[in-house]
Amino acid sequence: MWWSEKYEPVIGLEVHAQLLTRSKAFCGCSTKFGDSPNSNVCPICLGMPGVLPVLNKQVVNFTIRMGLATHCTIAPISIFARKNYFYPDLPKGYQISQYEEPICQNGWVEIELKNGVRKKIGITRIHMEEDAGKSIHEIDIDTYVDANRCGVPLIEIVSEPDMRSPEEAYHYLVTIRQLVTYLGICDGNMEEGSLRCDANVSVRLKGEKKLGTKVEVKNMNSFRFVERALQYEIERQVEALERGDEITQETMLWDANRGICVPMRSKEEAHDYRYFPDPDLVPVVVSEAWIEEVRRELPELPLEKRDRYIREYKIPQYDADVLTSEYEIANYFERVIKHLTHRTEEAYKLVSNWTMGDVLRVVNETHVSMENFPVEPQRLAEMVDLLVDGTISSKIAKEVFEEMLTSKETPRCIIERKGLMQINDPGVIGKVLDEILTRHAQQVEAYRSGKTQVFGFFVGETMKAMKGKANPKIVNELLKHKLQS
Amino acid sequence: MVQTYDRLRTALEQGTTTCEAITQNYLSTIYEKQHLNAFLAVYEDYALNTARSIDEKMKRGTAGPLAGMVVAVKDNICIKDRTVTCGSRMLEHFVSLYDATVIQKLKDADAIIIGKTNLDEFAMGSSSENSAFGRVKHPLKNEYVPGGSSGGSAVAVATGMSTTALGSDTGGSIRQPAAFCGVVGLKPTYGRVSRFGLVAYASSFDVIGPLGNCVIDVARVLQVIAGHDEKDSTSAYVPVPEYLIDIHKDITGLRVGLPKEYFDESLNSEIRSAIESAVNVLERNGVIVQEVSLPHTKYAIATYYILVTAEASSNLARYDGARYGYRSQNATDLYSLYVKSRSEGFGEEVKRRIMLGTYVLSAGYYDAYYRKGQKVRRLIRDEFQQVFQEIDCLLTPTSPTTAFKAGEKLKNPLEMYLSDIYTTSANLAGIPGISIPWGVDTNGMPIGVQLLAPQFGEPLLLRIAHFLESHRTM
Repeated sequence: MWWSEKYEPVIGLEVHAQLLTRSKAFCGCSTKFGDSPNSNVCPICLGMPGVLPVLNKQVVNFTIRMGLATHCTIAPISIFARKNYFYPDLPKGYQISQYEEPICQNGWVEIELKNGVRKKIGITRIHMEEDAGKSIHEIDIDTYVDANRCGVPLIEIVSEPDMRSPEEAYHYLVTIRQLVTYLGICDGNMEEGSLRCDANVSVRLKGEKKLGTKVEVKNMNSFRFVERALQYEIERQVEALERGDEITQETMLWDANRGICVPMRSKEEAHDYRYFPDPDLVPVVVSEAWIEEVRRELPELPLEKRDRYIREYKIPQYDADVLTSEYEIANYFERVIKHLTHRTEEAYKLVSNWTMGDVLRVVNETHVSMENFPVEPQRLAEMVDLLVDGTISSKIAKEVFEEMLTSKETPRCIIERKGLMQINDPGVIGKVLDEILTRHAQQVEAYRSGKTQVFGFFVGETMKAMKGKANPKIVNELLKHKLQS
Repeated sequence: MVQTYDRLRTALEQGTTTCEAITQNYLSTIYEKQHLNAFLAVYEDYALNTARSIDEKMKRGTAGPLAGMVVAVKDNICIKDRTVTCGSRMLEHFVSLYDATVIQKLKDADAIIIGKTNLDEFAMGSSSENSAFGRVKHPLKNEYVPGGSSGGSAVAVATGMSTTALGSDTGGSIRQPAAFCGVVGLKPTYGRVSRFGLVAYASSFDVIGPLGNCVIDVARVLQVIAGHDEKDSTSAYVPVPEYLIDIHKDITGLRVGLPKEYFDESLNSEIRSAIESAVNVLERNGVIVQEVSLPHTKYAIATYYILVTAEASSNLARYDGARYGYRSQNATDLYSLYVKSRSEGFGEEVKRRIMLGTYVLSAGYYDAYYRKGQKVRRLIRDEFQQVFQEIDCLLTPTSPTTAFKAGEKLKNPLEMYLSDIYTTSANLAGIPGISIPWGVDTNGMPIGVQLLAPQFGEPLLLRIAHFLESHRTM
């Protein structure tokens, strides 16, 4: 960046993650996404007169999980507060959140940048809150409210202003997404809004200790938009400073279509949320025993998993990184491993190659989820076993894999049905070789006089004659032997 | 005809009357005394049908503990498929989707709910003049107020429109009207009775409680409505004792305190004499009466109005014209929908309190008001706890005056607020209090005396109240 010699951006992120609890935070309604509007509602989440909230304990469990995974201190007592503002999709006129005494504080996560450099990003706090409903604006007609989302539990993860580039912010967000999905507390889907991100951005001259005036950027609903919006906003601020202008504290909205940030409200227009402790809810008391229980049930986290893959399966770090980048991929990989008969390094590496290669290729092409991937782990494991014991060649394996994408048959059935079994018998292969060598005496002569490149020609001919089923290793060995004799 | 439940129950069991006849009787009184404006809705058909089905149960011997008790319900408590107006234009046509927990419990106990009583709008007031549907009149002198905010419930009980009634008490709204109307009013410990279905005014103060013509009647209602409710996180897990078991027990040796701060010059001299006579009765019967001090009492009203209005400003935010309730027809955009619906839908006192509460929670004022108020509240609570180390129960006036004339204090909110001076402390501290009638003033208006006990001290409170009631000298 042209400005990066002179200026340093300072970025902090506020990430909202929708929790995967079955019921809402303060009532028994379902949290299911995509049901018909206003079907998952009750007097409580609709804010009818006289109703009271009752905390869903699973919300606390999930939040403690995230707190532990990000090295936070879990408060023995935390308080729900009301954030007061008027909006049609906010039925009570306030959002139940946490303010002065959040449940998690003072944590950190480690991010890894493209160049392999690792950096710790501080977590200021993580708190629990409820979501608002969804306003659907029909331009020039009306605004409709869907209250299904009212009361769906969220956690807000607030970082320290520790990031110094949009790239760092991107990696931080990726790390947070990785964590919440590994922990099974959020599906991490930014496009559907189950993961949302706002940023606080300021810039300052390099070496300056004081923070510049911060601007809040909202509405960045994809990972790439976060990077692009921050890029845009940093450049806007730098340009303003270069002109000698002052940065005004305000809130901006990222406009993805135009690729710019547009002002939403100034500091003067900022809401006074009049936070105060919610008198309808008692303090959340978390005992040491509760924390320990959650800790015991914490799943293996991405970095731990990666290290184990390298140690246990002897796969390269690159493989381990790719496989653990997403919980679903790691999960698929491990399930394939579990079904293997040949428990060898060769087999593990093959599983890794197939998962990173053909499986992910198909996933990306067809947008199918790993969970619903047509080739179940069991069948891929069987195919790898067949590869390892030489029943099929890797060329045949490709064919078998393609076949499995559309059929429910096991690799063995496909091989038998299509007659794809590899021929390993030296006698059978030798016979075919003899015929070919006899038929192409001229080329044999050429080989023997030093034109060794014709070796490939004989292999090709043999494979053609044997419909690709000959074990290439044996073909090579026999051919070498026969040509030399 | 004013009657206690025990009499009715005996008559029912002896077969000399029926629930239907009793209900019919109350209904006649309600219609006869319509001018008092005590009711906002009367469930004639429902009440008679229920009465008849309970008569059947009586015959089969399966009737519940409150069979034949006719209950009037303050109109800020939700009953499924019935309007819950809260005395406000804002909710004039609003129909509740569910039963409050207390309503469910009353129904299960075979009480007969006869209708909804008038109140100060959203329970904000001390005179029942702040109702959008007209003021409630004092049954003895119609130009006087019955107290508030549960004025309709107090009048219903006092005039025989129902056996008992439910009210809600945020700063004295059960006890003060009970005192003004000459009935018994009990404010239970905060958390003793579920608030689920009580339209919130100030959540950390609000409590539902009974009004009746005798202490035993309110004890019976409390027995049914008390207890933990999984729908109310602030309801207590403390087990519910049998309130009638010890109610007749001797009170010799108990210690009763008179907080000296409650007997300053603002107290009406006739009420002071009433207290003195109650003290005499207690002392003659072996109770040790002593003066105690609650020095933070002078901050109670200020603290109360800071905290209560703060909570109210948030609790009443949901009435914005967007989803239900009153919606202004003059709105042109979202902002004006809010402003106009709320300006037109709420009455003066409600708007005053919303503004006060919004102010005390505002950035820059929160520490000076709300946070300070919370601290003083804690001091007041601790102070009560301290005093209850020395004594079992406090005896105080319920209100500094007897019923006043309608309109007299409407122009001066501060003066109106001071009529709660002896009652708000119990809500700040979350302790139970009861007001029982103790004679009348020279004007013939009832005087009430208040007893206060430690948290969950209802058994003792009811016992001393019952003793005083049965030894009434005035």
